[in-house]
Amino acid sequence: MIKQTRGERVFNVFNVLLLGILSFIALYPFIYTVSMSLSTAAEAARDGFHLYPRDVSLTAYRMILNNRDILTGYANTLLRTVAGTILTLVFTCLCAYPLSRKDMPLRRIFMFVIILTMLFDGGLIPNYLLRKNLGLLNNRLVYILPYMLVAFNIIVVKNFFQQVPEALAEAARIDGASELRTLWQIYVPLSKPVLATVALWTAVMHWNMWFDAMVFITDNDKQVMQTFLQRIVIDSSTEMAERGLINPDVTKFTPETVKAATIVVTILPMLALYPFVQRYFVKGISLGGVKE
Amino acid sequence: MNQLTQPSLWHQIVRKRALLYMFLPCLLIIFVFRYLPLGGLVIAFKDFRMELGILQSPWCGWDNFRALFGSEDFPRALRNTLVISFLRLGFGFGAPIILALLLNELRLRRYAKFVQTSTYLPHFFSWVVLGGMFLMIFSQRGPMNQLFTLMGLPPVSFMTNDAWFITTLIATGIWQGIGYGAVIYLAALAGIDPTLYEAATVDGANRWSQTLHITLPCLRPTIVVLLILSLGRILDTGFDQIYNLYNPMVYDCSDIIGTYVLRRLISMDFGLATAAGLFKSVVGLVLVATVNGFAKKVSGGEDGIW
Repeated sequence: MIKQTRGERVFNVFNVLLLGILSFIALYPFIYTVSMSLSTAAEAARDGFHLYPRDVSLTAYRMILNNRDILTGYANTLLRTVAGTILTLVFTCLCAYPLSRKDMPLRRIFMFVIILTMLFDGGLIPNYLLRKNLGLLNNRLVYILPYMLVAFNIIVVKNFFQQVPEALAEAARIDGASELRTLWQIYVPLSKPVLATVALWTAVMHWNMWFDAMVFITDNDKQVMQTFLQRIVIDSSTEMAERGLINPDVTKFTPETVKAATIVVTILPMLALYPFVQRYFVKGISLGGVKE
Repeated sequence: MNQLTQPSLWHQIVRKRALLYMFLPCLLIIFVFRYLPLGGLVIAFKDFRMELGILQSPWCGWDNFRALFGSEDFPRALRNTLVISFLRLGFGFGAPIILALLLNELRLRRYAKFVQTSTYLPHFFSWVVLGGMFLMIFSQRGPMNQLFTLMGLPPVSFMTNDAWFITTLIATGIWQGIGYGAVIYLAALAGIDPTLYEAATVDGANRWSQTLHITLPCLRPTIVVLLILSLGRILDTGFDQIYNLYNPMVYDCSDIIGTYVLRRLISMDFGLATAAGLFKSVVGLVLVATVNGFAKKVSGGEDGIW
């Protein structure tokens, strides 16, 4: 070990401290929100930084978990996340597999057609009219169909499929396996890491998506968690009372604790999974870096 | 294709039809959701009427664009977009680079992992969630104002004062993006040949000059790519963030092209909205191409995204 100079030691201490402060700043809004959500009305109204609740109360959670809107939103979010992720995986494989094969006719032209979609986007109005003409307005399918085939996912999976040894696929074909079966029994099992990454990207995207629900869906019973949260966050306390979200008796509930609890309920599944899945995302970024 | 390959292509298609059966449904979906909307862009040049549909509505040339730039709120939205984008670029672009360099210098691996994991966290949540948290934190009696009071400063109306609102936008934008950006740079840092550092150590270079003369030059291609991409998105700045944070008091400084287009959709001015969207996309594409060409020229063809 080379002996450190004085300057280096000073820098190391400074670096550790600075990064610690940065981590705290990154985490603080989450800490604050969780702490507020668990506070009693009096505790929430107290001045201070609310690093932890001094007086714990679960009333805010009891309030929102009995609210019909929020349960509806949760069900719809769960539905779009699960169904959307599965369909994205299925169609991405179906699309990427032929493109990964050197003997696919017109392969280069098809690749070009897919890559081109990364450069252009019709914009809001043409997309709105398209969904209107397809009968997708106010239809839960609008949550799923448009995201099944994303160019970036296709390219990442295709690149991975290309690394599967051709001899394996060849052997399956000689044994009389159909293309679908070769894909399902040889390519998919060998590509689990990349498929897990794409699945996680897609699931996070679906869980967080609010814009399509806000613009394309009008029925209340088809809305997602995010749009309900959005309304609650900007609501004043009288509006919240009208929604049945806070008791008119404000000594028990404050809008802040209910808002915070709704946020926590929305992010909890992802927060719980995050430490375990984070490495897939980091890996995913380097996957995306593969140049064509 | 020359004539000789023509029959063999047909032959190939027949022989590989199983692959094509798999692929064609996908192609159809891509065509419907990604290419059909491009056709809808003609609305920008039409006097669109819902009852006539896209094809039957009469053409109107550049009228929509003229109306757009002659209006009061579109030029304002364009100006706001540019101001916010350049502020983001100026104050925010370097932040993930600095974080990545600091993380790279950290010798405590587990601690580095913790810092990386926590700074990366905000990237995973929607601005509905983050906006909800910040509306509480930056509220009149929220913890941010408590901190100001503690430091002896007067309380601030973060959400209603123009300058403070923009400051909040830039700061929370950096807060959300810094960890994700750093991960990209860290991936590039991991690819640097360690013998370069060994050689520099032997030559007596300290860590600061190693950073300056090895690390930063090795990061240059990544920096250039990310700079090109963010310049391409200059008219596209943070719709999700602004929509979930702003309020009527600050429309004057924070109404951007994205919020303008959404408002025009709601008021059914489809021609204007499409024209605004098209303008945004074309400018973005031209910017990417120009900056990319410039970067390639300066670096002798080494840097760039294509």
